[in-house]
Amino acid sequence: MSEKTTPEPQAPGHNDAADPADIQVPGGTTPEAAASDVVLDTAGGQMPPSAVPAATQRRSRDRDQDSSGSVLHQIFTGNAMVSLLSVLLAIVLGGILMAVTNPKVAAASGYFFAQPGDLLTEVIRPYTALVQGSIFNWAGADLGAQLYPITETLTVATPLICAGLGVALAFRAGLFNIGAQGQIIFGALFGAYSGFAWHLPIGLHLLVVIIAGLVGGAVWGGVVGLLKARTGAHEVIVTIMLNYIANFLLLFLLTTPAFQRKGSTNPISPFLDSTALFPELLGPQFRLHAGFLAAIVATVFVWWLLNRSTIGFEFRAVGANPNAARTAGINVARSTILVMAVAGALAGLAGVAQVSGTEKYLSGGVAASIGFDAITVALLGRSTPWGTFFAGLLFGAFRAGGVAMQAQTQTPIDIVLVIQSLIVLFIAAPPLVRAIFGLNPRKKKTTTSGTAGSRTGGVKSGAAA
Amino acid sequence: MSATTQSPASNQPGAGKGTGNTPRDGRTGAPARTTELVSWKAGIGLGLLAILGTVLFGFLANTKSAGFRIAEARDPNASSAAAWITLAVALAAAAYVGYRWINQRREGAAVDRWIPATTIAAVVVLGLAALGVARVEKITVPSTALGWICSIVLLALAGYACFLTLQRRRTPGWLGGSFAVVFLVGFMIWIVAGGRDPEPSISLGGLMAGAVTLAVPLVFGSLSGVLCERAGVVNIAIEGQLLLGAFSAAVVATVTGNVYVGLISAAVAGALVSLVLAVVSIKYLVNQIIVGVVLNVLISGLTSFLFSTLLTADPEHLNKPGRLQAVDIPFLADIPIIGPILFHQSLVGYLMYVAVIVVYVGLFHTKWGLRVRAVGEHPQAADTVGINVNRTRFINVLMGGAIAGIGGSFFTLVSVDAFSKDMSGGRGYIALAAMIFGRWNPVGAFLAALLFGFADNLQSIITIIGSPVPSQFMAMLPYALTVIAVAGLVGRSRPPAADGIPYVKG
Repeated sequence: MSEKTTPEPQAPGHNDAADPADIQVPGGTTPEAAASDVVLDTAGGQMPPSAVPAATQRRSRDRDQDSSGSVLHQIFTGNAMVSLLSVLLAIVLGGILMAVTNPKVAAASGYFFAQPGDLLTEVIRPYTALVQGSIFNWAGADLGAQLYPITETLTVATPLICAGLGVALAFRAGLFNIGAQGQIIFGALFGAYSGFAWHLPIGLHLLVVIIAGLVGGAVWGGVVGLLKARTGAHEVIVTIMLNYIANFLLLFLLTTPAFQRKGSTNPISPFLDSTALFPELLGPQFRLHAGFLAAIVATVFVWWLLNRSTIGFEFRAVGANPNAARTAGINVARSTILVMAVAGALAGLAGVAQVSGTEKYLSGGVAASIGFDAITVALLGRSTPWGTFFAGLLFGAFRAGGVAMQAQTQTPIDIVLVIQSLIVLFIAAPPLVRAIFGLNPRKKKTTTSGTAGSRTGGVKSGAAA
Repeated sequence: MSATTQSPASNQPGAGKGTGNTPRDGRTGAPARTTELVSWKAGIGLGLLAILGTVLFGFLANTKSAGFRIAEARDPNASSAAAWITLAVALAAAAYVGYRWINQRREGAAVDRWIPATTIAAVVVLGLAALGVARVEKITVPSTALGWICSIVLLALAGYACFLTLQRRRTPGWLGGSFAVVFLVGFMIWIVAGGRDPEPSISLGGLMAGAVTLAVPLVFGSLSGVLCERAGVVNIAIEGQLLLGAFSAAVVATVTGNVYVGLISAAVAGALVSLVLAVVSIKYLVNQIIVGVVLNVLISGLTSFLFSTLLTADPEHLNKPGRLQAVDIPFLADIPIIGPILFHQSLVGYLMYVAVIVVYVGLFHTKWGLRVRAVGEHPQAADTVGINVNRTRFINVLMGGAIAGIGGSFFTLVSVDAFSKDMSGGRGYIALAAMIFGRWNPVGAFLAALLFGFADNLQSIITIIGSPVPSQFMAMLPYALTVIAVAGLVGRSRPPAADGIPYVKG
């Protein structure tokens, strides 16, 4: 541990340094910008930006894995193992929790040692319902009913993926975007308004709605970037606060005549025009809509942006080391504003997917907890576009399955929250997982054994040699 | 960074905010340019607010009068005596502090930091005691006239700020402070006058008392934040600490049948959340913000799950804690107006005062506090002089969790006597906001929490009296103020330098 050089010792150095940007903006970036730069500093720019730049202070072993080439390679090396074990651990812990709280189990505990099978059944039953509700319902009457769960998963996953991409993109630029919630709300607000207030021809209308949603999210995200770049306000605080402001603004607007449905006392908006809706992909009996295709497009876009474009390179450079990026001539302030605007736009797309695809109208709960789930999605996806995509699918499955589980086995859907957060917690702390499974290679320092970090370690050392 | 070190620059910290840009000017290399730019922010900001105030309080004023009922004490005789004594004490205190202030001013020495704030407090107490002695029960004011007066004063203050800026002088703290006070007065009058009744009125005592009560969990939460962040650990998990504290207080108090055991268990539960935060972020070096966010989700899911499965199944035996009754402090509770507001609290409420004082004194006037702040500002230096950085952080995070846990018990032992899903309702985030708005200082956080509690309570009162302001905007206020505070539009909130950065020795 001691031999791993971390950026921390240099931190105060950055702090005291007279940054050019600090002089540029006399409004007062001075201490805060530098401090936050330090927070977001990766390993002094010596490696490509890690999946979660803000989580830079992890062991270099984990960082090494991020630099290890292709996605496929990453999946089959340490990260994947840790991810798999994390998911497994979380599911087991969730099972224990369900077992402990299940009244039938409590009744069965008397003969627990006699028939442990009963206990196991009680725990497995909710999980079975979860799978049945999210992937494939083998008890369904016809093919439609059997495939319904998977379409439901995709539907639920759509906004999660979009918003998760927004969070992930900001992560890559070293910004902690907790504000997906507010950005979703703004995207939904703009999108819904253009959807029900304007009446445009088919095709054009949907396009306008999407653009309006993107703009709405971009505005709300851009404000954060602007404040961060101009005043050095920490984006975590600003985004948390803006989430609440957006939420209250939405609640207020839904009571005004412009937004409230005619003749309704509830704070809900009119239905969007049919021309403003995403077309249903598999016919009216499924909720799956073309918003899912938009999510795929967004994923490709983010991949292109990050890996193939100049702007994306600047984003990553800023995320890796703002000071180095600044020295290299990158306009850090502009990058910050831009990345937050794009992140906001992606979250805004999630809002559009909600109002224009799933819900078809605007209500106070339009963003549900998608904005917060998006953070966990991005973390689970390690802030790579496709990682986020599949993490979104997984959490979408949890969500969709959770509903079915609650209906069938009366297991509260909150267990899904527990499992999700445990997964992220374990994934964020690979050493913890390794310690739990006894894989911690710290005991054998240079030689690599076990499963997780070892293989990359080997690859790494080979590369180094 | 610490509040104690910035004393020479800011002579007059306004009313907890609005010090403008005072602390920076002394240090910067190019004073003229910086002053000019920074000061315009104050001028423009105040100007916009003044225009807003003029439009609202002046042009949109209501013709009705605004009434402010003042709460009465329960025992007139006792309260009369208490009022006179308070009056005398406040008078003496105000005179003494004012004398020292003027004396120090005249000698040209720097005025002690505590003097202006203390003077203002003494004068306020004096005024309230005078109201009590005079047995004023209700103040009714014509809203239009006072609205216009407030608008003109606001415009004048903003104009003065702009004038000072033109003269390249910085805007003094008292200007921002008095602007805030006048704005608040105008705002209150405008709101109350807009009520549905022909003669709308609100109970000022009730408003304040409610504000203090609502602020209790916020204060505990923000103290938790202060303790953690002063040691360099970002604590987003306040929400989770409050929630688990509330949950554990409810369950343990019901099971044991003793609310005090519930209170202790709340502290333990809060510390437990902190333990996870500390282990994962300090030992395993995971990003503190990630851990905090995830912990909040985890605790929310966990408590909701247990609530849905266990507590709803058997509320009699699991979710029926008693209540901590409000206790009067013998003499102090008899003081008119102030007494019922401050000294008619539950045990948790009194613990709040104790916690604020202990944390403040501990952080700024003890060896331990110096070490903690050193760890939060410059861990390398602290390590060099032999302070165990990570152990200090660990202990601080645990203490913070315990404090927030006690705050959480407020929900289930004082406010409502049962646990319900997500009952902390985002107050952990408001506590975070209060901590930032209070500039990472326990007393500042306390005042900010009071302000947010006030806004919260005002929001519900507005709904009741049917005022023109949508309650959502009042609900927004704490968050908007915090954004303004961190963006440096009003003063400047700066976190401890090493906040959020794990420390690795070597």
